[in-house]
Amino acid sequence: MAEAAYVRGVAVADSERVVCARHCLLIRLTHWLTAFSFIGLCISGFAILLAHPHLYWGETGGIGTPSLIDFPLPTMKGGPSGWGRSLHFLSAWVCVLTGLLYASYGFFGRHFREHLLPVWNDLSWASVSQSISDHLHLRAAVREELRSYNVVQRLTYLAVIFVLFPLVIWTGFAMSPALTSVFPFLATSLGGQQCARTIHFFVASLLVLFLFVHVAMICVTGFAPRMRAMILGDASTVPVAGEQS
Amino acid sequence: MSEPISRRKLITTGAVAAGAAGLAAAAMIVGAHIPPDHRGIYGIEETLTYASQRALTAHSEAREFTRADISAVAPVNGEPPANDDYRRHLAADFADWRLIVDGLVERPASLSLADLRGFPSRSQITHQACEEGWSFIAEWTGVPISYVLDHVGVRPGAKCVAVFAFDKKYDSIDMEDAHHRQSLLAYAMNGAPLPTRHGAPLRLKIPRQLGFKSKKYLVRMSVTDTMKDIGNGQGANGLDHGYAWYGGI
Repeated sequence: MAEAAYVRGVAVADSERVVCARHCLLIRLTHWLTAFSFIGLCISGFAILLAHPHLYWGETGGIGTPSLIDFPLPTMKGGPSGWGRSLHFLSAWVCVLTGLLYASYGFFGRHFREHLLPVWNDLSWASVSQSISDHLHLRAAVREELRSYNVVQRLTYLAVIFVLFPLVIWTGFAMSPALTSVFPFLATSLGGQQCARTIHFFVASLLVLFLFVHVAMICVTGFAPRMRAMILGDASTVPVAGEQS
Repeated sequence: MSEPISRRKLITTGAVAAGAAGLAAAAMIVGAHIPPDHRGIYGIEETLTYASQRALTAHSEAREFTRADISAVAPVNGEPPANDDYRRHLAADFADWRLIVDGLVERPASLSLADLRGFPSRSQITHQACEEGWSFIAEWTGVPISYVLDHVGVRPGAKCVAVFAFDKKYDSIDMEDAHHRQSLLAYAMNGAPLPTRHGAPLRLKIPRQLGFKSKKYLVRMSVTDTMKDIGNGQGANGLDHGYAWYGGI
């Protein structure tokens, strides 16, 4: 059902005007670089957490001092914090450099303004609640246009790009004794190095939550055509008649 | 019709050009700062992290705290060296212990604890974070490494300072860190002689790097122009266990 409505959307879009791909090359490239580096960050972040699965609040914290959260996880000394840190930083460099490329494209190439900034009329409570209701009832694919993002998508992407990612980078920097020697406010403004570590964990958790919902929505609205659009780019390559799921 | 495409191409080209320019700038910064563990896939991030942080930290100092901030609990990792040599010195309160200072120096020295305590000292209350995630604040007192280096006279060509410990562990720091005001050969913690598990009789304090760079139980400090002759040839035994040479994170 959803598939049929979705394909009809392609036909409408095609007949209107196909000037550009669903996702241009730079968006696709940065999307997958971000995706793979984020997976690397998640795996290595979890490995680093296993080296000391306790969170604290303030400047300091360790065994024998009051903790905020003790995870019911095994403590694995040595290994994880070694390769975990290496993989974390390799992934972080890829992710941050990709993010810089994406953000400069987004600002100067109108991507943010045209595709992510919600249309003013859509920001009404009725419109937003309708969109949330569509999502919750998995009706998104029916109402949604293939060529555009709905208001909830736009607000979520903006929050991920402009709130969660900057916060996770900031809190990551705030854990570095070298960087806080240059920019002490990175840590002091958050209440200390251990506060930064704890916030880093929770912001990363929100990003993982976003990843799950993002992938779930793609499965619901049509996994194959969405993947094709993000890999090959051109929405018109979605076969109109032959699509079976 | 064609206008949006050409515009997009223009922007994409511009973004790629900006990225290439960024990489070229990065290569210039990296130039002088290549860590010994620059090989392999992880060598990329080690080099980028070390070089970019060194570009920023030329004049920076680690945050310092007040006595009120000193942690009640100061956790440690690892046990004291399990060899007779260390036990004997520990039992004798390190009376016969000496720090050998050699390598690319004019006047190699053998320094007792009394010698070190007689040098100008520096006390600092700094935050020490372990790579594992925990941390504490303590006051450290010791001789700035730079003072000892001036005392023995560093010869031209020196590139790093290596340290060796009772437990056969070794590590090395670059000359930026060796000459940094807060880099200490610490013999006291929170106003008392260094506790055994915190590295008695003498340890490094490199507060702009993670705790693992502040090597404990020192017996020798050597100035050198290459890390090839130090242990595994990469200047730090931690590299054999997955640790990085540079710990500024």
